[in-house]
Amino acid sequence: MVNAAYVIVALPLLGFAVNLVFGRRLGEPLAGWVGTAAAGGSFVAALITWVAMLGKPANMRAADLGIYTWVPVAGLHVGLGLLVDPLSLTMLLFVTGVSSVIHLYSIGYMHRDPGFDRFFIYLNLFLFSMLLLVLADNFLFAFVGWEGVGFCSYGLIGFWFQREIAAVAAKKAFITNRVGDVGFLVAIFFIFFHFGSLNYSRVLGTLVHGHATGLMAGAPGAIATSTATAITMLLFLGAVGKSAQIPLYIWLPDAMEGPTPISALIHAATMVTAGVYLMARVAPMLHYAPDTSWMIASVGAGSAFLAASIACAQDDIKKCLAYSTISQLGYMFMAEGAGDYTDGLFHMLTHAFFKALLFLAAGAVIHALADRQDMKQMGGLARYMPVTAITFTCAWLAISGIVPFAGFWSKDAILDSVWQFNKVLWGIGAFTAGLTAYYMSRQVALVFLGRARWQEARPLVSGAGAGAAHEPAEEPAGEPGLPAPAHGGEPHDAPWTMTLPLVLLAIASVLGGGINFDAFGHFDFLSRFLAPVFPTATPVVVGTATKWALSLVTLAACLAGIGLGLRTWVSGEHPALEPAFLQRAWFFDSSVAATVSGPLQAGASALAFVVDRKWVDGAVNGVAAGLRASGRALRWAQTGYMRTYLIGMSVGLIAVLAYLTFRVGS
Amino acid sequence: MNLFAATGLAVASAWAVYGVGAALILAGAAAVVGLRNPVHCALGLVSTIFGTALLFIDQGAYFLAAVQVIVYAGAIVILFLFVIMLLGVDKKEPRSAGTFASLGPVAAGLGIVAVVELLVLARVHYWATGAKSTTAALSGPGADVQKLGQSIFTGYLLPFEMTSALLVIAVVAAVALVRRGSGAPPQAPPKKAPATLRPPAKAPEAPAPGRAGAEPAGEKTRVAG
Amino acid sequence: MSVPGDWYLVLAAVLFGIGAAGLVVRRNILVMYMCIELMLNAVNLTFVTFSRMLDDLGGQDAVFFVLVVAAAEVVVGLGIIVAIYRRRAGATADDVNSLKG
Repeated sequence: MVNAAYVIVALPLLGFAVNLVFGRRLGEPLAGWVGTAAAGGSFVAALITWVAMLGKPANMRAADLGIYTWVPVAGLHVGLGLLVDPLSLTMLLFVTGVSSVIHLYSIGYMHRDPGFDRFFIYLNLFLFSMLLLVLADNFLFAFVGWEGVGFCSYGLIGFWFQREIAAVAAKKAFITNRVGDVGFLVAIFFIFFHFGSLNYSRVLGTLVHGHATGLMAGAPGAIATSTATAITMLLFLGAVGKSAQIPLYIWLPDAMEGPTPISALIHAATMVTAGVYLMARVAPMLHYAPDTSWMIASVGAGSAFLAASIACAQDDIKKCLAYSTISQLGYMFMAEGAGDYTDGLFHMLTHAFFKALLFLAAGAVIHALADRQDMKQMGGLARYMPVTAITFTCAWLAISGIVPFAGFWSKDAILDSVWQFNKVLWGIGAFTAGLTAYYMSRQVALVFLGRARWQEARPLVSGAGAGAAHEPAEEPAGEPGLPAPAHGGEPHDAPWTMTLPLVLLAIASVLGGGINFDAFGHFDFLSRFLAPVFPTATPVVVGTATKWALSLVTLAACLAGIGLGLRTWVSGEHPALEPAFLQRAWFFDSSVAATVSGPLQAGASALAFVVDRKWVDGAVNGVAAGLRASGRALRWAQTGYMRTYLIGMSVGLIAVLAYLTFRVGS
Repeated sequence: MNLFAATGLAVASAWAVYGVGAALILAGAAAVVGLRNPVHCALGLVSTIFGTALLFIDQGAYFLAAVQVIVYAGAIVILFLFVIMLLGVDKKEPRSAGTFASLGPVAAGLGIVAVVELLVLARVHYWATGAKSTTAALSGPGADVQKLGQSIFTGYLLPFEMTSALLVIAVVAAVALVRRGSGAPPQAPPKKAPATLRPPAKAPEAPAPGRAGAEPAGEKTRVAG
Repeated sequence: MSVPGDWYLVLAAVLFGIGAAGLVVRRNILVMYMCIELMLNAVNLTFVTFSRMLDDLGGQDAVFFVLVVAAAEVVVGLGIIVAIYRRRAGATADDVNSLKG
């Protein structure tokens, strides 16, 4: 039943087309239901495909479905095809699942927004592009999806484009992604140059009939280390751009200008995981490039720590979560760098659940408080928004790595592999886990516990200025948004379209650990499911006792973090714990602006005003001036008098005759 | 008298004819170039034409000589005289130097150089292959008119037709050039006309062939010469 | 035996030279025109002479057409002269210089 794979991809495309043409007429909320139905249908089709796949033996689960030959040029054959194998199916399931849930949430969140239909057009297009990225069977087709999600991200971050800050953030996101895309493209060139093909099966080898071929076989000499290193480094550059690692993470915090469902879907669960997926896909090649693996693990660890430290000092509820995303992505890359792809993907799954939940709950809070995003002006909301508070708590405990929530299992699995890989990186990871628990607890304390600071009538000061953004047609700051005042000014839980997704995701955050529960033997479904795709992965051989010890250490760190966070932040503000260095994200943006933008702008000015205006224009104008001068010089011959013309003709005639006469003699 | 004497007479008479023709031509040319009164120049032109016709006959181009006299002397020169009288330019051209005073010697020099070159070229006609053209030979049976007619109406039919069309076009063009036309904008009002322009009240009468002397002399600017 | 053709050619060349010189020297437009006619006559004479020298009828055909075209040219030229004179009585060749660059 791999034909369901076509349906998976076709449904979002159909939803996009329907909304594009009829969206205005369908209006709210029907356009939203169309989009949600498309996403939900995709999820169902993914489930069907998965069930069908489970029916096959473990090592025959890859199917390459060709659709169309795209580039049939001599030597380069690129087709549009779908590769349905365990890896892509894993991605498919959670992408479509989380996406459907968020589509449902958006119906409620985008209520009464003038761009309601446009939102769902973009959402479905995004889903379609993401599915292309995941299902493509060659690098170029995947790149099409890669660019598509980048574009949709741009369109959705700048959804309220009338706000300049949103438009700027969208541009920043797109351009930073582009920097990474250069790496991806050059990698594609290298791959074609070396392998003569861009197809995954041919480049990475296949696993059919029970044995691996090509790079998947892991045989030495299949590819030179330098080539593999070059290709994988370039691909990692692309991944860094898309998944917001150092140094291309700068776009993700600014991307919080977009609506909260977008932050949940694109910048937490799906698009930013594209980089992780890419690295997992080229795992066979990474086997031959240990340097790149080191690089991946180090960058992951660095990003994890850096982002976690910054998140400890953020006031905006969404920015805090954005840095948290960067941090968790760092964990995934650490796992992949250590050679344990399965656990990286496991963490990707659990992270999708609890991070999406965190964002959606934050969205509910923002919505309830009339678009206020500054955590310092929240507080005590647990009383008023119980469902939101409970679901947020589930996510909080999951991300903090508390047993038995999902995050504990995935994070621990990663840290086990990293321990085997390098102890220093393990240390960073463990410490960051503590930091994570700390800042998440800080967030919980500021938002849901303590004094209800929002009741104190402070004027609306939005960190990301969501107040004016949410309803651009309405009056800006100072006016409360829509739902809250209608009920007497008290925040309350959101309508069912928004709370149902929260509940679903909370359940997943609690139970998600069961996907790869390897503590007591054979519940490691995910590992076994994905094993055929990663024959070259490094097996984790950490002794059980060591595993227990490591888990306990990490758990202790997390509990300490929780305790510290709650105790410190329930009671009030502590400016000393929020140094400017952390608040301003280690001054990274400003230093980039100073070192890179400054010279670039100077160069651009030089080019524009000197080269273009003086030299090029001068040359063109100089030609014109020269022509004019020569014309003026030649004017004297046009006297207007017939006689001079006659004389001229006569002289010419005589000259010709003279020439003929003298030629006669020669 | 023997044949020799008869031959001598023929030769002498041939030379005499040539001499007369040459004299007529050169005298006429000198008159055209030198005389001040345009009517006298026209008479000089007639003289040149007659001389040329004489030399045509001498060379056996009888028809062309006749045509020369009829067309040139009989039509073209008459046209010239008509226009001279019409425009009233038959006053003597003053000997004032004009704009290009120094042109006389230059022109003479250029003329002499041109003549010398032409002569040299005419002498050394090495590129004439002597092969007969597509037209018939000049010598041969039949009158020269007949041969000319055959040649034109068979070999040169297209140029013939084209020149006929050209004549028609020329006539039409001439009429178009000189007529004022019903749709033409009226002459500028007298107040705006510059002083040198002929007063418009006189304009409709201009085509009437009036004697130059009949026109009020005072209104004429100096007759250009 | 009649006069050798070269003499006719010389005569025609001299006539041409006189006509060219006159064309440059004279100022009255009509007289300039007559000088042009002189040059055309010289050309005709040359053609007929060569027709005789080379025993070819083509020369006389050429003269024929030259005559026709000269007639047409005179017609149009005089029309232009009349048009010029209508604007400005007593115009000379030097006064028609509005095409000065």
